[in-house]
Amino acid sequence: MSGENNPPNLRTEIDKYLGAGAFDRAAMGLRELWRREAGSASASFISARLDRLRDKLPLTKFKLAILRSFTVEPILPLLRADAFAYGIDVEIHVGDFNTYVQEIVDANSSLYKFAPNAVVLAVRAEDIAPDLVRDFADLSSEDASQITERVTRSYEQWVQSFRQHSQSALILHSLEQPSHASLGVLDSQTETSQSGLIRQINRELRRIAGGVRGVYVLDYEALVARYGRTHWHDERKWLMARLPIAADHLLHMAREWMRFLVPLTGRTAKALVVDLDNTLWGGIIGEDGMAGIKVSAEYPGAAFQALQRAMLDLSRRGILLAICSKNNLEDAMEALEKHPGMLVRPKHFAAMRINWNDKAQNLREIAQELNIGVDSLAFLDDNPFEREQVRAALPEVTVIEISTNPLEYGTALRDCPVFERLNLSAEDQQRTVMYAEQRQRSDAEQKFRSKEDFFRYLEQEAELEPVSDLTIARVAQLTQKTNQFNVTTRRYSEAQIAEVANMPAWNVLSIRVRDRFGDHGLVGVAITHDEGEQCEIDTFLLSCRVIGRTVETALLAHIAKNAAERGRKRLIGWFLPTKKNAPARDFYSQNGFVQQETNESGTLWGLDLKTSALRSPDWIKLNLAENANAR
Amino acid sequence: MAASTFDEIRGIASDILGVPAESLNASSSPDTIESWDSVQHLNLVLALEEKFGLQLSPEEIEQMKNLGETAKLIEAKLQAAPR
Repeated sequence: MSGENNPPNLRTEIDKYLGAGAFDRAAMGLRELWRREAGSASASFISARLDRLRDKLPLTKFKLAILRSFTVEPILPLLRADAFAYGIDVEIHVGDFNTYVQEIVDANSSLYKFAPNAVVLAVRAEDIAPDLVRDFADLSSEDASQITERVTRSYEQWVQSFRQHSQSALILHSLEQPSHASLGVLDSQTETSQSGLIRQINRELRRIAGGVRGVYVLDYEALVARYGRTHWHDERKWLMARLPIAADHLLHMAREWMRFLVPLTGRTAKALVVDLDNTLWGGIIGEDGMAGIKVSAEYPGAAFQALQRAMLDLSRRGILLAICSKNNLEDAMEALEKHPGMLVRPKHFAAMRINWNDKAQNLREIAQELNIGVDSLAFLDDNPFEREQVRAALPEVTVIEISTNPLEYGTALRDCPVFERLNLSAEDQQRTVMYAEQRQRSDAEQKFRSKEDFFRYLEQEAELEPVSDLTIARVAQLTQKTNQFNVTTRRYSEAQIAEVANMPAWNVLSIRVRDRFGDHGLVGVAITHDEGEQCEIDTFLLSCRVIGRTVETALLAHIAKNAAERGRKRLIGWFLPTKKNAPARDFYSQNGFVQQETNESGTLWGLDLKTSALRSPDWIKLNLAENANAR
Repeated sequence: MAASTFDEIRGIASDILGVPAESLNASSSPDTIESWDSVQHLNLVLALEEKFGLQLSPEEIEQMKNLGETAKLIEAKLQAAPR
């Protein structure tokens, strides 16, 4: 929306609220202003008001230092205003022109005195490698590759030096290509040409950043390319004010920095909740039907496929997907399951609320079901009325602002900084799949009259295996992070696990669980040791994903059976209560153990192996792995 | 039309310079507005370029002696290439 359609009194209103000390209302007004007309003018207005508001609101404080070789000052109000929209109060320190080397290497520099949370090194190729950019035609190929090495080494030294003085995040701008290579089309014919060497420096930057924790590359070259190099630049402003970026793109520079600031402050979204009609597909399923809704490889359905592709990318990044839509469940499910143009399917969604209830209430329920805070939700809906309602009822939800043009929906998601991640674990990438399987399990559970029928339907299989080189990291990790179903909460490092696994009287067993809905992975650990006629359970834990499905009994029964086969008469184990392990409190008594001893740290339980009736439930198939790598 | 372009420019100048729009008129200039220094002049130029979708040359920026002159300049550019 452009400025002239804006109610001119929004600014007056904001100032009135500010004057009256109604800081929350003032903040809402400022955010609305930013949504309506993000730009240099409104940014100045917002930035000036922020100075009076920042201590009155629960904002995440963030100190950003920018070391630079060009004018960044006009970008700063834009950054402050955009950060404010995400609940971040940025305090900014800007280094002098081209003093970044001194600032980095000098432990007493103003940079380190500022104690930043993050530092951006915004240096242009023209400044760090002027000969490579401007005088390339004069260079021999040896000269050129020496320059490349020199630049790379400099970056390496700066990063090292920075890490000696500071543990903050460091964000390196990659170097930009010249708009016209010195040798024209000839440049593209070899890799040791001007553009090839700049590419090489950028590759080296990634390598350097990859080798040091908390150092990241901002792909400035890709940013410029996204908006078009000839549009991005303003040569006159460069010559006049050392500002290389055109007025239209200053906001894009600020927003690129935001992609780092948001994950660095933890103000990210863990789940994206989407509407269906006219958001996920074109049209209204309840009225237009399967044949009428638009989602396909052709226009206009292609816009919705592009959005769905963006959603799948987020899902691979570990962001959960969910649905919140006013529809008849059957209509919506038919489209989700069967429409040939759909790229996202029910399995991609970790939670669904398809009903006629209030969306804010549905969002609360989704957060609860996914076990995340409401402030970890982002919401995408084509209907401005629904967006406004959610904003009013749940201001902590990130409501994504979109135009009325579906072709822009996918880009809106990709541009949204709350979905950025600075690193990714294998578990992050699997998360959606696991949540979706979990949802199918709970849906199925409700269909069965008895638990036993449900367990039979689940077709659980457990694989029991002595710890091996392949599983030791996961086994140690489980001892370190399992809090709920954990009888002793003893934490072990990999080295400690390896040590006990090598002792003849000790057994370290892992359990992997699978059922008809999917693979839970390695989810449990039991550590036992034999002493005389007894076998003592040192550790017994299971991830909360699988508890309550009798897997725990199967594992315990297996331990008991093995101990009996080794000639032990009793199986004993401590329950050591913590604030979090209540789910495991009755585990031993429920499985026929009797109390033997109690002290201030816990209770010792025992089971007579001769008379014990402990059996593995017959609905769980146990596979005992013969493991060549067993320690 | 002339009045609305001037009003729009006045609104932008008010945001950038941090003074109420009502206090600005056609003769407002760096000499009459204290906060209007060279840094804010650049910010004003950038905000105008962004809002009106045009680029101002160093010569044109020189012509922006006061808000009235600025409005004339912008209007002439808009007429030459309507947004």
